[in-house]
Parts: sequence; C-alpha cells; structure tokens
Amino acid sequence: MTALTLGAAINAGLAKALENDDRVLLMGEDIGKLGGVFRVTDGLQQRFGAQRVVDTPLAEAGIVGTAVGLALRGYRPVVEIQFDGFVYPAFDQIVCQVAKLHYRSNGRIRMPLVIRIPWAGGVGAAEHHSESPEAYFVHTAGLRVVAASNPQDAHVMLQQAVASDDPVIFFEPKRLYHSKGEVDLDAALADAPPMHLARVAREGTDATIVTYGAQVRTALDAALAAEDEGISLEVIDLRSLSPIDMNTVAASVRKTGRVVVTHEAAREAGVGAELVASITEQCFSYLETPPQRVTGHDIPYPPSKLEKHHVPDLDRILFAVDRVLEREEEVLR
Amino acid sequence: MTYTQTQDSLTGGVPDQGEVLRVLEPDGSRVPDATLDPWVSDLSPHELRALHRDMVLTRRLDAEGVALQRQGQLALWAPCRGQEAVQVGTAHALAPGDFVFPSYREHGVLLGRGAQPADYVLAWRGEEHSAYDHTTINAAPPQIIIGAQSLHATGWAMGAQRDGSTDVAVAYYGDGATSQGDVNEAMVFASSFRAPVVFVCSNNQWAISEPVTVQAKYPIAGRAPGFGIPSLRIDGNDALACVAAMRWALDRARRGEGPSFIEAVTYRMGPHTTSDDPTRYREPAEVEAWAQRDPVERLEAYLRAEGILDDGGLEEVARAADALAAEVRAACIGATTRAPETMFDHVYAEPHGGLERQKAEYVEYLAGFEGEGSR
Ligand SMILES: Cc1ncc(C[n+]2csc(CCOP(=O)(O)OP(=O)(O)O)c2C)c(N)n1
Repeated sequence: MTALTLGAAINAGLAKALENDDRVLLMGEDIGKLGGVFRVTDGLQQRFGAQRVVDTPLAEAGIVGTAVGLALRGYRPVVEIQFDGFVYPAFDQIVCQVAKLHYRSNGRIRMPLVIRIPWAGGVGAAEHHSESPEAYFVHTAGLRVVAASNPQDAHVMLQQAVASDDPVIFFEPKRLYHSKGEVDLDAALADAPPMHLARVAREGTDATIVTYGAQVRTALDAALAAEDEGISLEVIDLRSLSPIDMNTVAASVRKTGRVVVTHEAAREAGVGAELVASITEQCFSYLETPPQRVTGHDIPYPPSKLEKHHVPDLDRILFAVDRVLEREEEVLR
Repeated sequence: MTYTQTQDSLTGGVPDQGEVLRVLEPDGSRVPDATLDPWVSDLSPHELRALHRDMVLTRRLDAEGVALQRQGQLALWAPCRGQEAVQVGTAHALAPGDFVFPSYREHGVLLGRGAQPADYVLAWRGEEHSAYDHTTINAAPPQIIIGAQSLHATGWAMGAQRDGSTDVAVAYYGDGATSQGDVNEAMVFASSFRAPVVFVCSNNQWAISEPVTVQAKYPIAGRAPGFGIPSLRIDGNDALACVAAMRWALDRARRGEGPSFIEAVTYRMGPHTTSDDPTRYREPAEVEAWAQRDPVERLEAYLRAEGILDDGGLEEVARAADALAAEVRAACIGATTRAPETMFDHVYAEPHGGLERQKAEYVEYLAGFEGEGSR
C-alpha cells in the first residue's frame, strides 16, 4: 500500500494503462508538458512520448470527435476535458456519436473511449469551473458513467474504464484531487470489485445515506457526527451512476428502512430523483418514512462566495437524517 | 487589404511575429505602411496621449489584479500584461454604440468601454458572475467558454444590420479559440450574412501551455479569407497599428461591407492565470525577447520623440494609474458578499414555483441556525 493523492492515483492508473496496451493514448488540452491544469497527467508525456500523450488543439468537439475515429481504428483513447463546464462543446459528439455507435452498428463498432472530467465545486473556482453535469450523461443510453470518491477506487476504476469496451464518462471530484489515501498499486485488476458495483463505505443500522463523488466524504463526516448522538448511519458510495447498483442500495434500505440521498448536482430530474424512484419501486414496503434528497439547488452554480450554501454540507445532510428519523421537532425546537 | 499567403507560410513556416503590419518599430520609430497609415494620420496629440494613458492604466490595473490575488483578495486573475496595445488600441477606435464581446483577459477593452472599479474585480473575487451592467458599457459579460462569444457578436451584428444601424459588434478571443467550432461557425454566419462584426484575435502565442503551433500551422489571419472575410495581420504590440486596423475594419462594417478579421500578434508576458506556472512550458529567453517589444514603452518612446509626452505628462499618467489602482483595491476589499438567498434570484425572468419553494425551504433552514452562530 502507498499513500497517494487522488490525482496521483489516477496518474498511476493512466501510466499502467499506457504501459499495458500500446493502443491506449491520452488526448486533451495542456495534458503534455504542463501535465494538465491539475497535474493529473504529470510526467506521462515525458515517459510515453508525444504520440501517446497528445496535446490537442483547444476544441472539445474535436477532441471527442477524433477520439471516435481513433476508436474506430482500434485505439483506446482516454480524453481529458479540462473542466466540467467545458464538456458541453463536446456534448453533441458524446450523446449523438459516442453513445450510439455500438447500437447503430448492431454491436459491430466498439467505442472503448474514456472521457475524464475534473468535476464539481467546492474549490472557489470561477464560473463554468464547478459544474455537475452527470445527469445529462446518465440520461443518455449507451454511456457508462462512474464517479470516484477516493484514491484507491480512482486508481482501479480508471483502469477498468480503459479496459471496458463501452464508452465511460469518468468523473474525478476535483475538491478531492489533493486528498490522500492508501492505494494498492500491485493488486491485480481482476481481483478488484468491478466498477459498476456500489460500495458500503460505512455500515450502520438507523438510516442509509446514498451518495457518490466528493459527497461521500461529507456523508461519512455526517455519519461520524451522528454517531455522537447515538445514531448509526450506513453510507453507500454508488461509484457507478450508470448503471446504478440497486442491489446494494436496496439491501441497505431494506435493512434501515430510512434513506437520504445526497449529491451536489441540482435536484430536478437528477441522479437523486432516479434513486428515490427506484428505491420507492423496490423497497416501498420497507420504508418507514419518505426518502429525502439533499442536493445542490436548482440554480446555475453560484458565485464561489456563495457555494458553501449550494454544495450540501454536513448540516444539511444531518437535517435530512433528522427528518427520515422523525427527529426534526427536536432540531427545530 | 486581404492577407496574402507567402511562400514561407505555405511551406510550413512557423506563424510568429514575422510578416506583420506595423507603423511603430519596437524602438518607437515611425515607419510607413501603406495599409495602416491612412487610418492613423489624423490622430491628434490629445488622442495619442489618451491612448498611452489608457495603456498605462490597464497595466497598472492588471498589476493590482495580480497583487490582490496574491493577497488572497481575489480567487483568480488573468493577467493581460503585454497585450495592452491590442486591447486599448482597438477599443479606442470604437464608437459608443458599438458592442464588445470580450474574453476573460480583456481588462483594457473594458477600461476603454468605461468600466467602473468594481467591474474588474467582483467576478474574480467570486462575488458575482458578471459584475458590470452590459448596457452601460456596451460589453457582454466576460466569456470563459472559449470562443462562444464570436457567435454572439455575429448575431448581435445581424441584429444591428436589420435595424439599419451603423453599430458594429466586436468579438475578442485568443489564438487557442480559433480551434473551436464556434469561432469557425461564426465566420460562416458573418460571411454569409455580411454581418457588421469584427473578429479580433489576440494571438499571444500561448493557449495556457500550448504554443500557437498546436492550433495553427499557418498564420491565423490566413484563415478568414477562406470564409470570404478579409483580414489583417498586425503587430499587436504597436498601439497605432491596432487603432488603424480596427478603424479599417469598423469602416468596412459601417459601409455595409460585412465582417473583418484582425490577427494581432502579441505576447502574454505573465502566466495564463495566477494559478498557472509558465516555467513548466516556456523558455525565459522567449519571454525576454518579447520584453524588448513592450507596447507601452514603444508608444512612450514615439510620443516623447514627437514631443507629445514629457516627464510631466508621464508623472500625471502614473498618478492617474495609482488612483485607479487604489479605487479598484478599495472596491475589491470593500466588497460585501450578498445574502445566500439571493443566489435563487434571476434564474428565471418570470416566477417559477419550484424554485420559489426551494428558496423558501432554504431560507427556513438557515433560520433554524439563527442565534447559534455558524455551526
Ligand atoms: C470551451 C473551453 N475549453 C477549455 C477552457 C479552459 N481554458 C481557459 S483559457 C484556455 C486557453 C485559451 O487560450 P487562447 O484562446 O489563446 O486565449 P488566451 O488565454 O491566451 O488569451 C483554456 C484551454 C475554456 N475556458 N473553455
């Protein structure tokens, strides 16, 4: 085990992918000499050369569109979109082309493409640098969508994404880029849990919190705080947003009977809405109280001085926990 | 007037600062240029002094932005040092009714449009997405999505054309932006509809860490003619060339001749933003070479030689620059963060029940903490 930041864990995963398969190549803006604006690709161009780690023109539709052609030619491109808010110029290529080619060709065409997106807020960034666009992609059939929440997962899931013959949208929570965790660099990929499975990040009995990405950490902090009040919370880290591992979610909800779903993206028609709908369908008779959602508001990401009011924090999660536990009277007293 | 391709550029010569039109040499001496001269021959000493003053003000404002960021007052700043001539020069040529569509780096353009001290800093501080009132300074909110504004400028110009007005739209963007689909689509629209729009590409040699050669193997000004848009490739560190080219383009637009393209060849002296580390990707020698072509010193040398500016005049300008910097600093430090519930405002122009409910819930939630201090 080695202590690595989430960014370094992805870097190590990319290096392994480049090493293991010479059809893998990285493309993106500033990923070469600079090593990416977050330094996630630091040193990779030096090590693998400018043919494998490609600084592209400043054009997102161009990056993803040419990756489609490279994939058709048998390559496995891993593209970096510099920031979440800049994926939209490539949106047409992703939803109309990347997502649909396998289906349109009756399975003859494979799109083993990974689209890495430094993602979401909480870092005091400028406009368009803190977006949570995951619902758009989850809503698009043909894409796999995953979100890492810790260095170990980021390291392994990145390699699994590269190995997948489906296109994968790979969300990297930028506010965790510098946070460290233990990573097993020697473990065999085959032994790791597949990326479509959710993970029980903490076991508990009174209520379930379902979340993903950087919010996993906030949820774990909330669970720790709740413990002081004698409340036992289970935290599920979804890891995969498409497909969602409903077996793990449902098993937890059946056990606790109470559920809070939290994410940073806006609420309306978000991943939380999907989760609550599925939980209601599958666990209705187990639910003691209505599921609660704690999300970003249905507003454009606000100016950074106000973002602490937008990104759900520990208090907002605990407030919802109180509701599902029917304790809100005490809190508001 | 159109850019003509040279053998050199066709055979893969690196598009750099060669092959540019200029009327001021780096040492400030005046050289004739048949294309540009007619457009600057009438500049009065008063106008020349104003041009210089605004360039000095822009430089000082920019230095203050960097300082405020270093002191933790701003979250980020995009320095424009080195690009004062293209920003101020082109903005000086505009009429009040013209409308600019700037990128995040165009501090000198905003200055030329009459921005107020707070307008420069509130967005970078994270207080507002766009602080200024676009109608009072005729400038769209600064664009962060690379190249998107080129289409907006073209559409605005199409509107001006329909209205029978002589107002002109100007889109400002960098060399990197020319790789974007939007910028190319804007040229198609502008050309097809003969829209009165001017595209000003500040080719500052770098798109963050990528040299212009990643975006273009051929001088960028050479692209526009392929869309049917005449272009000029000018020395972007020569303020007079910038005024001249812009006047040429504005005149074409006002006479109904449609779009024009200006490639101003210049250099970003500082980092891309205050979070960037340019030592990772560029050589000190390159920066040093460009320092020799400084746009402010160049104009200053010319104006001194012409007897238009003296020590007294320079001191006065320096005082004005310090005063502006102080005002910007005060506007920044004095900024107050607005109440959290205001973040729900202006999402829609008309009432939206869902959002109103969400706002009410959040206000009630915040009220639950009252008297607790922040928990
Ligand atoms: C669509 C989009 N992609 C990526 C970015 C990130 N980004 C911000 S500035 C920049 C470089 C822009 O270079 P250029 O167009 O030459 O303008 P300059 O910054 O040099 O003035 C990049 C890649 C962005 N803002 N928008």
